[in-house]
Amino acid sequence: MEYVNIFIKSIFIDNMIFAYFLGMCSYLAVSKTVKTGVGLGAAVIFVLGITVPINYLLENYVLKEGALAWLDPEFADVDLSFLSFIMFIAVIASMVQLVEMAVEKYAPALYGALGIFLPLIAVNCSILGGSLFMQERQYANIAEATVFGLGSGVGWFLAIVAIAAIREKIRYSKVPAPLRGLGITFIITGLMGMAFMSFMGIEL
Amino acid sequence: MSNAIHKFLENTVKPNFDEGGKLAKYLPAYDALETFLFVPGHTTNGKGSHIRDGIDMKRTMIMVVLAMVPALLFGMWNTGYQHFLATGEAYTFMDAFFYGALKILPLVVVSYAAGLGVEFVFAIINKHQVAEGFLVSGMLIPLCLPVEIPLWMVAAATIFAVIIGKEVFGGTGMNILNVALTARAFLFFAYPTWMSGDKVWIGGGMDESVAYADGSTGATLLAQATERSSGFVDAAGVAYTDTFMSSFLGLIPGSVGETSTLAIMIGAAILLITGIGSWKIMFSGVLGAYVMGLLFNLWGANPFMEVPAHMHLVIGGFAFGIVFMATDPVSAAQTSTGKYIYGFLIGILGIMIRVFNPAYPEGIMLAILFMNVMAPLIDHYVLESNIKRRQKRTTMAVAA
Repeated sequence: MEYVNIFIKSIFIDNMIFAYFLGMCSYLAVSKTVKTGVGLGAAVIFVLGITVPINYLLENYVLKEGALAWLDPEFADVDLSFLSFIMFIAVIASMVQLVEMAVEKYAPALYGALGIFLPLIAVNCSILGGSLFMQERQYANIAEATVFGLGSGVGWFLAIVAIAAIREKIRYSKVPAPLRGLGITFIITGLMGMAFMSFMGIEL
Repeated sequence: MSNAIHKFLENTVKPNFDEGGKLAKYLPAYDALETFLFVPGHTTNGKGSHIRDGIDMKRTMIMVVLAMVPALLFGMWNTGYQHFLATGEAYTFMDAFFYGALKILPLVVVSYAAGLGVEFVFAIINKHQVAEGFLVSGMLIPLCLPVEIPLWMVAAATIFAVIIGKEVFGGTGMNILNVALTARAFLFFAYPTWMSGDKVWIGGGMDESVAYADGSTGATLLAQATERSSGFVDAAGVAYTDTFMSSFLGLIPGSVGETSTLAIMIGAAILLITGIGSWKIMFSGVLGAYVMGLLFNLWGANPFMEVPAHMHLVIGGFAFGIVFMATDPVSAAQTSTGKYIYGFLIGILGIMIRVFNPAYPEGIMLAILFMNVMAPLIDHYVLESNIKRRQKRTTMAVAA
C-alpha cells in the first residue's frame, strides 16, 4: 500500500511540472505534437526510473555521513555529501547517453523529431530534481525510491502529453498574434496547474 | 410597435455604425445588442470547433440559459428560506423569495456587466462580432458561487476568466477550460475564506448585524460529511427528517443554484430534449460517481466514505456540475467514445477528491476542470484508435 501511495502522490500531488515547475524547457519546446511528447515523456520515465534508484544506492552507501561504514568501521565519520550534486549529474549524464544511443538505433524517426532535447535530458531539472527530492525525503528502501522515480516520470509524461494534445487542438484557434507560440503555452500551463491544484492537500 | 422600433433602428441609428459613419468602430457592440432583440438576417458562420450543425449559436445559448432558470428561481427562494431558518424569524413564501432575489440579482448583473464589458472591448479591438458564448457563462458564474460573495470578487473573477480563460485563445469556441469554472477556481484559490465555511452559504451570513438563532449552523452537507455519515443538520440546527429528500428538493445550504437536484433535473430535461446537452456525458458521469460512492461504502474507513452512494448524487455541486458544466460543448471531449470516458472519469474523480481531500469538499468542479485539461488527449487517442481500426479493415478487405 505504501508503494501505491508514493506512486500516486508523485504523479498527481507532487507533479514535477505543475507542483514544482521543473523540466519546463523541454516541456515547452517538445510539446508541439503528441507523438514527440510521448517519445520524450517515455525517455524521462526511463531515465528517472533508473537514475533515482542508482543515486539512492550512491547516497546511502557512499555519500551520506557514515555511509561508508560497511567498508570499514574507520570510515564511519566520513561525510561525502558535498559530492552529491556532481555524482548525481554524472550518473544522469551517462544514463542519458545510453538512452540516446538506444533511441537512435531503434527509433531513428523519433530521434530526429526530438533533436537536441534528447541529450538535453541530462540537464533537465526534473531529472536532477528527482534525485535531490529522493535525498531530501529519505525513502526507507530502494524499492520506494524506484517507485518514486517512476511515478515522477509518469507525472511528467502525463503533463507533456496533455499539453501536446491541447496544443494540437488550439492550432486552429485565433490566438492574438503577440501570444502565439510560447506565450499561449505558458498561459495553458498556468491553467493546467490550476486544474492540478485539485489534488493538492490530499493525504494518502 | 416592435416593427416601428426595428425600422427606427435600421434607418436612423444603424447608418451611424456602418462603414464611414461616425461610430463605425462600435459596430460589433451595436450588432450584439440589436440581435438580442431581433432575428438577424444572417446565420452563424461555420467556424468554431464546437459547431456541429446549422443551429444558430445565439438560440442555442439562450436555450441553456432557459434551462438554468428553474435552478435560479429556486436558488432565490432557498437563499431567503435558509436566511429565515438561521435567524429564526417568521416569514412568508414571498418574503423568502424577495429576500433571495435582492441578494442574487446583483450577482447576476455584475457577472453579465463585467463579462460582456470585456467581450465588447475585445470584439471592438479585434473587429469581430460579439460572440454569444458569454450568455451562458455569465449565468453559470453567479449560480455556482456562495450567495454572500462580495460583488467586486465576482467582477474580478469574471474578468479573469473571460480574458485568461477565453479571449487569449481567440474567443468563444476556442477556450480549453470551462469559463465559469475558471472563475470559480480563481475565487476558490484566491479567496478561500469566502468560498467555504459555515456563514457564506446563508443569505446575510457574513453580515455582522444579522444574528443567528442559537444552535444554528450554515455548514453545507459536504462540510458536515467529513465528521459524520448521517444525522446531518439544517441551518436551524435541527436534524433533517429525510436527508435525501431534503437535498433532492434543495432545502439545504449551498451555492446559489446547486442545491436543488430537482430544479437542475428540469434543466437537464430541457437540454436533453433539445439535444443541446450530451446525454452520454451526463449518464456516464452519474454512473461513475455512483460506482465510486459504492466502492467507498465498501471501504468505509472514515465517516465520509460511509455516506451512501445515492446521497453523493444529490449533495454539493454534483448535479449542477454534471448537467451544466461537464456538458459544455467547447471544453468537453468531442468524440462519441471520448464523451463516455470523459463523463465517467469526472464522476469517479469528483467523488474521490470530495472524500480524500479534506481541504476541497467541492470535488466535482475541480474534477471537471481537470478533465477539461485531459479531454483533448482522450479525443486524440480515440481518433488514433479509430484510424487504426479502419486501416486494419481496409487492408483486410484488400487482402481478401
